Amino acid sequence: MKSILRPALVLFALLTVLTGFIYPLAVTGVARIAFPHEAAGSLVMRDGKPVGSSLIGQAFSDPKYFWSRPSATGPMPNNGTASGGSNLAPSNPALLDAVKGRVEALRAADPGNTAPVPQDLVTTSASGLDPHISPAAAMYQAGRVARLRGLEVSAVQTLIAHNTEGRTFGIFGEPRVNVLALNLALDQLK
Amino acid sequence: MDSLALINLAVFLVLLFVCAYPLGLFISRVASADANPAGRLLGRVEAWLYRVAGVDPQEDMSWRKYAVALIVFSAIGALVVYAMQRMQAFLPLNPQAFGAVSPDSSFNTAVSFVTNTNWQGYSGESTMSYLTQMTALAVQNFFSAVSAMAVVFALIRGFARRNTGGKVGIGTGLGNLWVDLTRCTMYVLLPLSFVFAIFLVSQGVIQNFDKYNDVATLETSSYEQPKVDAAGASVLDAKGQPVTEKLTTKTQTLPMGPVASQEAVKMLGTNGGGFFNANSAHPYENPTPFVNFLQMLSIFLIPAALCFAFGRMVGDMRQGWAIVAAMTILFVCFALLALWSEAHGNPGIGALGVDISGGNLEGKETRFGAIASALFATITTAASCGAVNAMHDSLMPLGGFTSMLLMQLGEVVFGGVGSGLYGMLLFAVLGVFIAGLMIGRTPEYLGKKIQSFEMKMVSIAILVTPLLVLTGTAIAVMLDPGKAGISNPGAHGFSQVLYAFSSAANNNGSAFAGLSANTPFYNVLLGITVWIGRFGMIVPVLAIAGSLAAKQRSEPTVGTMPTHGPLFVVLVIGSVLLVGALTYVPALALGPVVEHLQIFVKP
Repeated sequence: MKSILRPALVLFALLTVLTGFIYPLAVTGVARIAFPHEAAGSLVMRDGKPVGSSLIGQAFSDPKYFWSRPSATGPMPNNGTASGGSNLAPSNPALLDAVKGRVEALRAADPGNTAPVPQDLVTTSASGLDPHISPAAAMYQAGRVARLRGLEVSAVQTLIAHNTEGRTFGIFGEPRVNVLALNLALDQLK
Repeated sequence: MDSLALINLAVFLVLLFVCAYPLGLFISRVASADANPAGRLLGRVEAWLYRVAGVDPQEDMSWRKYAVALIVFSAIGALVVYAMQRMQAFLPLNPQAFGAVSPDSSFNTAVSFVTNTNWQGYSGESTMSYLTQMTALAVQNFFSAVSAMAVVFALIRGFARRNTGGKVGIGTGLGNLWVDLTRCTMYVLLPLSFVFAIFLVSQGVIQNFDKYNDVATLETSSYEQPKVDAAGASVLDAKGQPVTEKLTTKTQTLPMGPVASQEAVKMLGTNGGGFFNANSAHPYENPTPFVNFLQMLSIFLIPAALCFAFGRMVGDMRQGWAIVAAMTILFVCFALLALWSEAHGNPGIGALGVDISGGNLEGKETRFGAIASALFATITTAASCGAVNAMHDSLMPLGGFTSMLLMQLGEVVFGGVGSGLYGMLLFAVLGVFIAGLMIGRTPEYLGKKIQSFEMKMVSIAILVTPLLVLTGTAIAVMLDPGKAGISNPGAHGFSQVLYAFSSAANNNGSAFAGLSANTPFYNVLLGITVWIGRFGMIVPVLAIAGSLAAKQRSEPTVGTMPTHGPLFVVLVIGSVLLVGALTYVPALALGPVVEHLQIFVKP
């Protein structure tokens, strides 16, 4: 047994130093030098102050802003310290009730809009921190935002098009609009 | 199904083989004690490690010593991970000042990370200090993966060695565990992880040791939460309902931490334990569709490469290709089912005036959508990874069915690093045994006779996980603390429990995460399941290796069944499906199958 214990303990300690200290510290060092912005969380600045991260979605409820996807985090939506989804099963009546309530809220904020509701606007994301909505979800809200801000709908639609990212290399993922970036650009628009 | 899904699947498989083949050849050199695979400088570091640890790298261990040493090494790991969670409040690198993790959760997490399961009952960003994440959990992401690589090396040596040292019987010659662990860490997992981690940071995965960052948001958001009194109990109104209070916040707290270094090895080592609760759905873990694609590739990379290493080590690449072919065919079938299932949205949501043409999006991220989420779900459960980029609880019933069945087959469709190949080789042995019965010859695999001892061990290894899954599920759905964790009504509630035990026993680690599993009942029961599921398989595998190593390797004759052609591939697939699927048909019928009928077949 002693012939097993010594190598086990010593190798455990040495390889822990290698993989548990040297490795993460080396990655941190390279990351800080080569990619300081990304390593620190891709912060978005306005007037020199951070207003969020381009990767972490924020909650918007003012109808003058584009709304993000619903978030299942608690107690507040888009809680950065409690990521997660609703975990509601497709067969769970609570899921349909929640979606129904969100559809009604969207309709109430924009009574004239009879287009079908884009699904991502009424379902919760996996992380609860989804920074994106689909281009369709942005276009669906364009009329409401333009009216409340006294802007031309076409100007808002152009803004959406400018902030739309396509599939990577044409095949990976889905087209998307970063809600925080879009709303910041909207505030710039006069 | 649209062509985009098929293109994604095809590009994935082509890139996988292009990367895995050369890596497999390199790994075969790492497994052979003579080569100096990464240059003389690292060779000297390696030799120094052995000298300090008192390891004789020339020692050829018997299967018993190899197994005992591995269990000791794992047990030390479990104790250290447990102790670090319990003491993290007194240790450095804890800027959020997290307190000690509860004893039952610490036990579950320790066992689960040491066994490459990474079932997570806790929520990382509100529980674990940076030190616990990087030196307790991430270290086990390395050790548990290289442990299984070592076991598969031992099994392959059992096949490859002609006869060991003239000694008769079970006893000698599977190689040296310490050498295998050290070399797999130094030459395979660590360099790959380092390169991948730097790439991840370049794409937006965070890597720092800062405090969580409070930023002022564009809008003040209001929310309600249950009111609590000074003693922490919820306040009730006259009717006995909890009172809620309206609160507002002007800030958002951005979590921080050394994520990229842990994320890289989490995928490459098929561990799957996320830094954050949302795992690879979290934008700080998996920020872009391109990163997502490479994460999927990195899950299958080493499991696929090991098949080629196997071919090289037994001196016949066709043997490796046959195993890869069986895995790939099974994988493609399951992937198509999951892609098809998630491409069809929830008809109940469609009936509310919602456009569901994008597939099922509840519990999915916009940047990934239905295709990249369904593919990820298939890959993470085909391999015993268990990372998730979508919430599996909200998958459509047949999407959840796919994930569950892939785990229940024993994690052999590429499977975990090392464990996938040794699991699949058991089914290969079972396959030649069944064929041998049919033609009335003593079965042989790779020139080694398969006799009653090997078949007993194969049976134990293959049956241990179904036994754990089915009895565990039965116990949990019969007892109150088990039923208390269920969060969805009806058939899906049963699926949540079945999924949990399938995941634990087969060392996957993904979950139908609505199940409240961070309770003493589930932490203890699943922790025990995880441990037996791991070593209940490894010990018989090493016993088989030891027995085979002591046998003469016979040359093939006209009567030998070839184990590299299409017939053999079909035989292996047949054994996997026969054993795995038939065991679980009744349980699956009660869960996802019923749920599917409830949603899609209206009376």
